[in-house]
Amino acid sequence: MQISLMLNGVRITDEVAPDMLLIDLVRAHGCKSVKRGCETSNCGLCTVFMDDKPVLSCSILAARADGHAITTLEGLQEEAAEFGAFIADQGAEQCGFCNPGFIMNALALFREEPYPTPEQVKEYLAGNLCRCSGYEGQLRGIMNFLEWKKQKEAAE
Amino acid sequence: MMTIREYKRVESLEEAWQLNQKKQNRIIGGMIWLKMETINVGTAIDLSGLGLDTIEETTDGFSIGAMVTLRQLEQHPGLERYTQGAVREALRHIVGVQLRNLATVGGSIYSRFGFSDVLTLFLAMDCSVELYKGGIVPLREYAQRSYDRDIVVRLILKKEPAQYCYQSVRNSQTDIPVLTCAAARLAEGGYRFAIGARPLKAVLFEMPAAPAEQLAEQVQQQVITGSNMRGSAEYRRHLAGVLVRRTVHELENREVQEEK
Repeated sequence: MQISLMLNGVRITDEVAPDMLLIDLVRAHGCKSVKRGCETSNCGLCTVFMDDKPVLSCSILAARADGHAITTLEGLQEEAAEFGAFIADQGAEQCGFCNPGFIMNALALFREEPYPTPEQVKEYLAGNLCRCSGYEGQLRGIMNFLEWKKQKEAAE
Repeated sequence: MMTIREYKRVESLEEAWQLNQKKQNRIIGGMIWLKMETINVGTAIDLSGLGLDTIEETTDGFSIGAMVTLRQLEQHPGLERYTQGAVREALRHIVGVQLRNLATVGGSIYSRFGFSDVLTLFLAMDCSVELYKGGIVPLREYAQRSYDRDIVVRLILKKEPAQYCYQSVRNSQTDIPVLTCAAARLAEGGYRFAIGARPLKAVLFEMPAAPAEQLAEQVQQQVITGSNMRGSAEYRRHLAGVLVRRTVHELENREVQEEK
């Protein structure tokens, strides 16, 4: 079947199998930041935005994305790089495998709640598993980023 | 692994119902659990084009479409107000935001999973299920039914003068619950308790006003629990008493606060 969608701001049209998952479609189009992890909808590695909402691309059919806008980390390079630097400063990326999904969901959080509390951060990112960091470094990185953002906005 | 031969975004409920009468066809909700089954689906029936993804509030209640996501429920200000935060508390522990943006109310209610926070939550309320062919059925009755080929269209939640509270126990954050408890304190002082993740599906207990200890003991004595890797039947029975006691205390405290 043929589907058409916006992938990182570019219209793509493709022939897909009815059971093709969105993760396989975006990876086939070069978005290799989207990782296949648990396959049980638990780890958050495959997070993409569908119409600006974070979803698990391993758990949705590509066919369902027909007519929608899909954004991966490749489409948010600038926003992600700015934030990602604060995570790297804390050494919180370690193996880095969870990082794209984690950054995508963190960006989704900042769009919903520009200045979340640590508790809000923990709750929102509960669906992003990391087996290296223990999450403390990531939390410090996020709070440092938010502080920097606040100061930057105040200065402008 | 799940395979799908055909995918159909239906244009009417009748079309969906007709397709769904074939045993190998399946309606897909959020597809979270379905995709983990080893199953060969003939036609995957997608209801997402039917406008069933809205929550409507009236003075009498809420109409919640089958394709409303758990995240929509969690963020709906009217439901938050009406349930005094119980909806949010029931849903916020379910895996992560990304999953809750996919999982649907219809999928949760049709599946009637034992571990379902959604089923436990709504069972304690005055809630009915609208089925395409079967009409409107009280949720407490629907929860007991065996699976059929009808379609869940929406949930109908009737407003009542009641206070709600939800609590669950999990071995780790975002895991499937070991036990769930939704409590409703009714206007005349009586209680409804829905106990889920027993690990069997949620059941309802209706009780007249009594002290928390007594209510907890009664539920603990009556509830049927089982064992699995998350907890033993005995542990769950104990938890049932604990959660009932906690929810009653919480509801009583709220009443005291309101009186002040």
